[in-house]
Parts: sequence; C-alpha cells; structure tokens
Amino acid sequence: MMESMNSQLGDHASVVIELIGVKKRFGRQMVLRGVDLVVREGRTLVIVGASGQGKSVIVKHMLGLVSPTRGTVKVFGHDLQRLKRRELDEIRSNFGVLFQNAALFDSLSVYDNVALPLRERTRLNEELIRDKVMQKLTLMDMEKAVAKFPAQLSGGMRKRVGLARALVLDPKVVFFDEPTTGLDVHKSNELYRLFYRTQQQLGYTAVIVSHDVPKIFKLADDVALLADGQIQGCMSPEAFQMSDQPHIKAFVEETMGHLYSSDEEEDNFYA
Amino acid sequence: MLPGAIIRVFFNVMRTFFEKIGYETLWFLESYGRMGLFLTRTVVSIFKPPFKLRPVVRQMHFIGACSVFVILFTGLFTGMVLGLQGYYSLRKFGSEGFLGSAVALSLIRELGPVLTALMVIGRAGSAICAEVGIMRNSEQIDALECMAVDPFRYLIMPKLLAGILVLPLLTAIFDVIGIFGGYLVGTGLFGINPGVYFQRMYTSVVWADIEMGLVKSLLFGLLLVWITACKGFYLHLERSGGFGAEGVSRTTTDAVVMSSVSVLVWDYLISALLL
Repeated sequence: MMESMNSQLGDHASVVIELIGVKKRFGRQMVLRGVDLVVREGRTLVIVGASGQGKSVIVKHMLGLVSPTRGTVKVFGHDLQRLKRRELDEIRSNFGVLFQNAALFDSLSVYDNVALPLRERTRLNEELIRDKVMQKLTLMDMEKAVAKFPAQLSGGMRKRVGLARALVLDPKVVFFDEPTTGLDVHKSNELYRLFYRTQQQLGYTAVIVSHDVPKIFKLADDVALLADGQIQGCMSPEAFQMSDQPHIKAFVEETMGHLYSSDEEEDNFYA
Repeated sequence: MLPGAIIRVFFNVMRTFFEKIGYETLWFLESYGRMGLFLTRTVVSIFKPPFKLRPVVRQMHFIGACSVFVILFTGLFTGMVLGLQGYYSLRKFGSEGFLGSAVALSLIRELGPVLTALMVIGRAGSAICAEVGIMRNSEQIDALECMAVDPFRYLIMPKLLAGILVLPLLTAIFDVIGIFGGYLVGTGLFGINPGVYFQRMYTSVVWADIEMGLVKSLLFGLLLVWITACKGFYLHLERSGGFGAEGVSRTTTDAVVMSSVSVLVWDYLISALLL
C-alpha cells in the first residue's frame, strides 16, 4: 500500500528520511503500531491526526531523540539506530527544528539564542556570526529585539526567533512541531508566510506536524494521516481531500465539514 | 473455599509479589545505571574540545560567589556554638584551654565540609535541579540535541567542574570564619587567653586533618552537582511523573533530600576510610 502511495509522491525526488515498520511502546502503551513513511527532498510533508496519536513521536524518531521499539528509521540512507553519537550529530547538523513552544533558552537573549548553534557547531568568528544572526533575524523581522529575553516576547515573536534559530545553520531539513499552537489566526498566517518565504529562498525539506487543517494543505506537497498508530495514507492534499480511505474520509469530514451534521442539530444547540 | 481456589489465590499473590520485586529491582538498576552513565558522559565531555572557560567561571560565580554570604553566616554561628558547647564540656575535665583545638578539629575534619555542602545543596543544588528540569520540560534540552550540541558538555560539565572547584574554597572560608566564631565566644565570653586558643589549635591540627576536609569537600562538590543535575536532566523519566510545575518541585525536593543524605553517608565512609 505504501509503495503505491509513494509512487504518487513524485519518485524523482530522493528520499531524505524513511520510517520502516516503526513501532513504539511507552510502558504498556503502544503509541506507534508500524509506521511506514517517506520524506522526499525539497518537499513539504504535513503529518496530521487527532491529538495524542503520536505525531510528535514520529518527528522525535526522525530527529533521533527517541529510539523505536521495533523498525528502522533511516536519514540520508543511514540507520539512526546503528550510528555512533558523533555520526548522529553530523546528521543532526543538517536539521533545524521549530518546537511547539519554540524551546528558546530562557537565560539567553534573542541574539544569543540564534547565535548558539553557530558558536557551538562552527568555528566562525564573532563578526561572521553576527552577520548570519542578523540576516536571519531580519528575515523574521526580529532585528530590533536582539537584546530582549524570551520572557519579554509574545508567542508569535518567540516562534519567529525559534524559526530564525532553526534556520541559522542553513539546514537541509526543517521540522515544525505544531508551529501555530497558541497563536491567533493573524499570527499563524504570518508564521506560515514566513515558512513559505524561507522555504522558497533556502529550498529546505520540511516536515510539519499540524492541527491547522485545511489551512496547512495550502503549504503541503504531501499529507500523511496518523491514526490508530499507523499512517493511514500519504498523498497530495487534493488526493487526501478526495480519498475514500475510511480513516482519511472520516478525518476530512471531521476537520473540514460543518460543525453540525444537520440544521436541526444546530438549532437544538442554540436552543 | 475449595482447595483449588485457595491455591489459585496463593499463586496470584505470589506472582504479584515477585512481579513487584522484579519491577523494583529493574527500576533500581535502571535508575542507578542511568546516574552512572550521566556522570561518565559528563566527565568524558570535560576533555572534548572546544574548551571554554567562561561557562565554568559563570557557574563558579553562581555556586561559589553567590553562596559566600550564607557560608560566612552559618560558619560564624557554627563556630560560636561550638565554642559555647565545647567550653562547657571541656570545663568538666578542666581542659578549657583546648577549646581552640576542639573547635578547629571539629570544623576542619567534619562540620566544615558537611555543613558547607548542605548549605550549597540548599542554595545552589536545588536551583540546578529546577533549572535543568525546566529546560527538560520546555524541550530546551531536546533543542540542544537537535542542534547537535552535547547537553552534557554545554549544560552539565561547567556545573560539575564549578562544584568540584568551589566546594573546597567555600569549606575553607567556613572553617576560618568558624574558628573565628569559636575565638569570639572563647575569649570574649569565657575569658580564654587568645594566645592559648591559637597555640593549642596550631599544635593539634595536622596536615592529615586538612587533607580529610579537602577530600570530603571535593567529593561533596561532585555529589551535589551530580545528583541534583541528574535528577533534573532525567525529570521526564521519574516514576512519579516529572512533568509540570508540580513535577519539577517534587523532583527538586527529591534531589535535595537525596544529595543531603548522600553527603552524610559519604562523610561517614570517608571518615572511616581515612581515620
């Protein structure tokens, strides 16, 4: 089934990340029950699904933060389970991550937060670091907030600084873990515009975990639905919305359909 | 009840009992194994370039310099109470003149390292655990790992080095101010000759006493950072659930209790070993 789906995803692009039969158990709870998923170069994969299904756990597997109970996670063709720490770090230096709450370092200023990956991972002098940091912060329209600390920023500003930090090493793959959580419509649209603009400029591959359906479909090349611990389908947004697969159909109806199944139900609600 | 049913209940109880023992044993091995690996990875990271002095100095300031006032205060009053109690005890044997040596030996060998460690655990150890725990909860440690920055080198190692370097210095301050406190009480309150106070101290304190205090304070410095930072770092793996503000506060309390008890246990072991 996965192979037939993958054939629809543009096989011309090379595989960046591949999950093969990934199962994950936390204590007695089986969260992932055999996930097969492919992320292709230059594309934007959006993982959707109900809360608590394990979407973020999939991303953590891709990042090597969590090891699968069973199955294989391959990044750039390397099995993450078999890599030594240094090799894993080499792979991770191609990653950028925007966490749900931005995960900025509270004790560092905006400038130092964005500069941290450059200071720790490169041998650039402070002048070059400054140029790169300011370039990314300007891209995010945050150049005036360099001296501020995360506690002094709004949710949207924190996300923009988080994105600047995620992009400062010019990564090949950027992960977005529910990037618009806690943001109003205006701020989330602003973040999506930033995402679109930076992806056009930098050409990175993106993996987005999101609840923001159907808005997120406009940015996606591929949409994967996680339900019952498995990927129920991975296809283009158009195909996703037209799919007859029961889980996908139910998800589309649930998230994109009307709030009430009938006018009578709506009337009863207000009554 | 039928004999078959009784046997079944008995086997169920026994199975639950052995399951519990097995679970607890695995938990114990896992927890202490994790602590061992935590220390190993932190110590190994000391030797990984690039070497940066500034984070260590910053931690020395936090653990050491910011603790000086509380150390001065507790050291002074510990010395004073030692002078007070020591005088009444020594007077029973007509040996008031040995007050200086009693105060100095008590402080240098025992009370100085232990009380300094307990004070620093209360002030800095709890803060280390809470800081690292909150970083774990807010995914800041995950962010470090995703940036291919070793959290052990970036976050824990400067604290560990600072703890090991600073505790002996704080202990020395505690000892000196404690001896001065004993001197104040002995000479000011009980009229002991100042020359006798210091002369007896000078003749009775030998290098081995100072060495014992130094070994203890070095080990306590390591213990306090190791335990408090490790508890915060693995907050998410706590059996009682380490998430949220309550999880951080509970884990911090556990870390303070565990490191304080460890200091007292190791104090006895080192004393027994070096005496």
